[in-house]
Amino acid sequence: MSDQSRSDSALRKFFTDLTRAPRRIYEAAFRSGAPVTDRTRSGFVFNNVFLHLHPVRTHRWSLRWTTTLGLGMASTAAFLIALVTGVLLMFYYKPYPDVAYNSIKDIHFVVPTGRFIRNIHRWSANLMVLMVMLHMVRAFYTSAYRTPREFNWLVGMGLLVVTLGLSFTGYLLPWDQLAYWAITIGANIAQSPRELTDALGVTSVVDVGGLQRQLLLGSDTVGEEALIRFYLLHVMILPLLIGVLMAVHFWRIRKDGGLTRPADADERLEPRRPDVYPVFTEAPQKTYQLAAIVRGRSSAVGRGPENTVPSMPHLFYAELGVLMVTTLVCLALSLAADAPLKELANPGVPENPAKAPWYFLGLQELVSYSAFMGGVGLPAIAVIGLGLIPFLDREQLGSGAWFGGPGGRWLAFRSAAFGLGLTLAIEVFAIRFGWIREWYPHVPQLVITVINPGTILALGYAAYSLWLVKRYNSARSGAMGLFTCAMCGFVVLTVIGTYFRGPNWGFFWSPADWPTH
Amino acid sequence: MRQTTATPSSRLDPEPVARRDFLGIASLASMLSAMLLAGIGMLRLPKAAVLPSASKKFSVQLPESLPLGSPYVPPGRNVAVFRDAKGVYAMSLVCTHLGCIVKQAPDGFECPCHGSRFAPDGSVSKGPAPKSLPCLRITAAGDKFIVDEEVSVPADTRVQA
Ligand code: HEM
Ligand code: FES
Repeated sequence: MSDQSRSDSALRKFFTDLTRAPRRIYEAAFRSGAPVTDRTRSGFVFNNVFLHLHPVRTHRWSLRWTTTLGLGMASTAAFLIALVTGVLLMFYYKPYPDVAYNSIKDIHFVVPTGRFIRNIHRWSANLMVLMVMLHMVRAFYTSAYRTPREFNWLVGMGLLVVTLGLSFTGYLLPWDQLAYWAITIGANIAQSPRELTDALGVTSVVDVGGLQRQLLLGSDTVGEEALIRFYLLHVMILPLLIGVLMAVHFWRIRKDGGLTRPADADERLEPRRPDVYPVFTEAPQKTYQLAAIVRGRSSAVGRGPENTVPSMPHLFYAELGVLMVTTLVCLALSLAADAPLKELANPGVPENPAKAPWYFLGLQELVSYSAFMGGVGLPAIAVIGLGLIPFLDREQLGSGAWFGGPGGRWLAFRSAAFGLGLTLAIEVFAIRFGWIREWYPHVPQLVITVINPGTILALGYAAYSLWLVKRYNSARSGAMGLFTCAMCGFVVLTVIGTYFRGPNWGFFWSPADWPTH
Repeated sequence: MRQTTATPSSRLDPEPVARRDFLGIASLASMLSAMLLAGIGMLRLPKAAVLPSASKKFSVQLPESLPLGSPYVPPGRNVAVFRDAKGVYAMSLVCTHLGCIVKQAPDGFECPCHGSRFAPDGSVSKGPAPKSLPCLRITAAGDKFIVDEEVSVPADTRVQA
């Protein structure tokens, strides 16, 4: 071969390679090719760092919409929407008192599409809180927290707390009257363990409350230090934390063998469609993980792929569907109603009534009787109680079925009736006849701190649920009673705080009755 | 050569600790303690040593015409200064419940946030507030008064101009 022709062919090869480069770059990134066979569909999932949090195949039970109601995915979708719009808002937002207020005003009135983006951010954040709560409710009522999913329930609790934290820290950023007074109240709730240490006379030695408040505010007053801390939490620390927790949460679902399903799920599903066939007929007796042979029970041991379908497209299309619906709802709400912006923060005159975001109004109602019990004690008891559920209910009956377990749906109804009744009764009593200080003005502060209407409620719910444990001889029945009562209490208190409290936190049948100065 | 276990072991069995490298364990432990120390050090940073808020001591000039028993609120301060028959006193207007600012009402003070009420001397008469509104230390300085928001004094303390 002559030199001439060799250089000729190298040159030709160069140009063919150049024309093929885009295709090769694509193939280098997506190695398994178009997802058209079961094999390439599997590769589509496990060759992709994001998708491989999913299983390659999904059980058909998990895809029934009554299994999850799409709530976990809707929480994820709302978070993603808030993430994107939040980054956009950061282009203009400036975290400095007064300047912050003006920058939000600019976003609202001057920045192109600013008001729309701000509305979407606000709505998706609220939607996320709602979806996460409903998702927890569904996980509870389908007994989805049981072995081996206890840890994922705990991760879920972490997600709930961080979600509320994200919403609350965001509430401060506009630096308007609502924001300023919500944060003042919030920081003082963090300080309220002082009520307890004061009553015991040990505040000068251990001042947990004061330390919490000072760490939160970076100062002893609500000012620029507090704003920058809340900003840091809102745009950096909490989003990173929630990202990590979500990754663990999703990974764990896979490692726990997919979603909870009833023992007889396979019989209850309609017959398999003909295009869905098992990939291998022998169930694996061992699974291979991370370079060594793992002994003991892993969720895939002894289980074949019966009744599963490839996640691509079945699961992913369902997820995209939920994402689309969530986006649509956020857009529609954002067109219908603007995010609020009150007057610039005024440290001398509180907003009256100064209301927290809606999901904290139940707590605000309790806090209006005593700060420590309502704002710290009872929420802590609730979180600990929720976290303990999977470790106290060690039963198997009814896992994966709505309202499964002894008592079933009927028990859920009765608990709801009891929970609603007791909460309403206590609230009506307290609104009508007042609380301890009105009857015994000189009672020690410790009594007022500890005996909150919420304390009575918690004791009432607990007694009822212990009775249920005995009556049905089942911890699940007790958990059902307690959880249902707590949810009813949350709803009743939130509704009262939202609609029936006005200036000076007085009771009013409607805002039309509020005094006009 | 050193004798290990009698039965031949599989690679899947845990290795006896004695065979582990002492230096390995020691360095692991030192790394962990270093990380722990660094972690504690990092937690120390967010707790400010010097609080950046404005000084809690300020001077006020009472208006000549201030009627007995009605409050004078110095601009930008949540403190009310009163003059009564016995002298001058200052009271904090920050609700001891959760920090809202109380307003004067016919029978003392009321808080807009959760409805706490306080008698004219600052003591709690209704609602969730755990403590009285504190009277603040006030001292006469010429024709002015100096109020120190950080020091509280008994409710019946008065100063003379
Ligand atoms: C940011 C918050 C959260 C996100 C994004 C999230 C997301 C998800 C998703 C996508 C699933 C798959 C099934 C489904 O859609 O229901 C799931 C399952 C699960 N989640 Fe969450 N979750 C969150 C918070 C929580 C909370 C607050 C709890 C309870 C305390 C919880 C407990 C569980 C449990 C136990 C499962 C397994 C369900 C089963 O096996 O059937 N999660 N989560
Ligand atoms: S802050 Fe005054 S009553 Fe709550």
